[in-house]
Amino acid sequence: MVSLLDIIGPVMVGPSSSHTAGACRLGLLARGLVGGTPQTARIELHGSFARTGEGHGTDKAIVGGLMGFKPDDERLRTALDIMEREGLDYTFEKTTLGEDNEVHPNTVRISVTRNERTAVMQGSSLGAGRVLVTQIDGYPVEVTGNLHTIVLVAEDVKGSVARIATLLADAELNIATLRLTRKQRGGDAFMVIEIDEQPGEDVRDTIRALPWVRWAFRLDKVGAA
Amino acid sequence: MYKSLAEAIRDAEARGVSLSTVALEAESSDGGRTIADIRHALSRALDIMRGAITQGQDPDLRSSSGLVGGDAAKLISGPEGPLAGTLFRDVLMRALAVQEVNAAMGVIVAAPTAGGAGVLPAVLTGLAKAKNIPDEKVIDALATAGLIGAVVAERASLSGAEGGCQAETGAAAGMAAGAAVEMLGGTPSQSGHATALAQQGTLGLVCDPLGGLVELPCVFRNATGAAIALAAIEMAMAGITFAIPADEVIDTMGEIGKAMDVRYRETAGGGLAATPTGRRLAKERLVQIKRADG
Repeated sequence: MVSLLDIIGPVMVGPSSSHTAGACRLGLLARGLVGGTPQTARIELHGSFARTGEGHGTDKAIVGGLMGFKPDDERLRTALDIMEREGLDYTFEKTTLGEDNEVHPNTVRISVTRNERTAVMQGSSLGAGRVLVTQIDGYPVEVTGNLHTIVLVAEDVKGSVARIATLLADAELNIATLRLTRKQRGGDAFMVIEIDEQPGEDVRDTIRALPWVRWAFRLDKVGAA
Repeated sequence: MYKSLAEAIRDAEARGVSLSTVALEAESSDGGRTIADIRHALSRALDIMRGAITQGQDPDLRSSSGLVGGDAAKLISGPEGPLAGTLFRDVLMRALAVQEVNAAMGVIVAAPTAGGAGVLPAVLTGLAKAKNIPDEKVIDALATAGLIGAVVAERASLSGAEGGCQAETGAAAGMAAGAAVEMLGGTPSQSGHATALAQQGTLGLVCDPLGGLVELPCVFRNATGAAIALAAIEMAMAGITFAIPADEVIDTMGEIGKAMDVRYRETAGGGLAATPTGRRLAKERLVQIKRADG
């Protein structure tokens, strides 16, 4: 369903909703994976992001997003200067992340580190500012950033969903959607949980501390397009 | 939200209310937000639009590549043409201003998209200033524009990559024309004719930006899009009707977009982007951007 406010909006720094606003949102999502501004980032641009990204400020928008700037923040324009001033070690590469029919033309892979935390995220800008994270640390995911999200990989043990649900309820968090997938019985189970309220880092830490959880990430909502 | 402009016009006229009233009610019932809340968001959008118009009047403004900028200022202090001192020239200036700000990575409202962001603010704020229309009415007009844009999104497309420029500045002209007619006191049915008249004038318009950048011809397409909207408004307010209903004109735009070669859909593979000068400028300017960023 189309909303009137999707048409009269979003408010954003130009020039392109897909190459600038969407790129910024992808930077913000990657930032969330390491819980703050990463000290290093390797940004691999694919397709149209690689070809016309510079002219659209895609590089500035991703860097701005990594530093926590929103799509309507005018500091995006000078994000590369701010990055240098802050001494952040971000590098850009143009690459091919897959065949044209497999990978969206506006795709980026961002490898980030912050203190001892690292993450590799791949995501695409779908148009009109909407984004989709398609991979985290090599695992296939589907995260839109429209809501706060927790993603985790766990051993396929009985009661895992109930345990996570209880843990979130105890933290006063309401689950909006939950998707559970696994490749085979007894194989790793993959959960993508969208939450109405913003979960704290402590929730992520508690989930990570569960003996059967292999890894867990928290992605902050970056706003609907 | 409505998927047909005819249906929205029927509802509004049956109840004797404006298109913005039925649009705001539909949005409120879809999304659960109060009408006051939606109007507040639209009011913020109007502020941002006006801010971009002001910012875009700077003669020294340049886009990232340097391909565009400073032309809105020429319509303020440059030599006079036959339309000097008129609403028409002011609207052209406003459309260029917003789009030049967009190309320079300034803050705009993507309405319906960033590439077509100049048309709607230019037409609505230009007319509001010339005719002394209060902000409350301009905000209502933004709701009507949103309704028309939603119908276009549903029936056709609002993406240059999918439907060419007819889906961006063309859709924006249709939105601006229908919305302005309501703001000027026209009937919902007149708004429908204004939308149809504007959209028909942009059918087949390709998206052919130099180097794939939202700069050239995008900045000027917003000005000519606003001009088409003004023409449609004048005709519809005079009681002129367009025989093909707006919904069917919009459907036609979608069909043409689907049939459009990929070279004409934002890929810089055809149109002005593929001219010898277009290719040369894109090459020079892209190199320049790289240098500027070190």
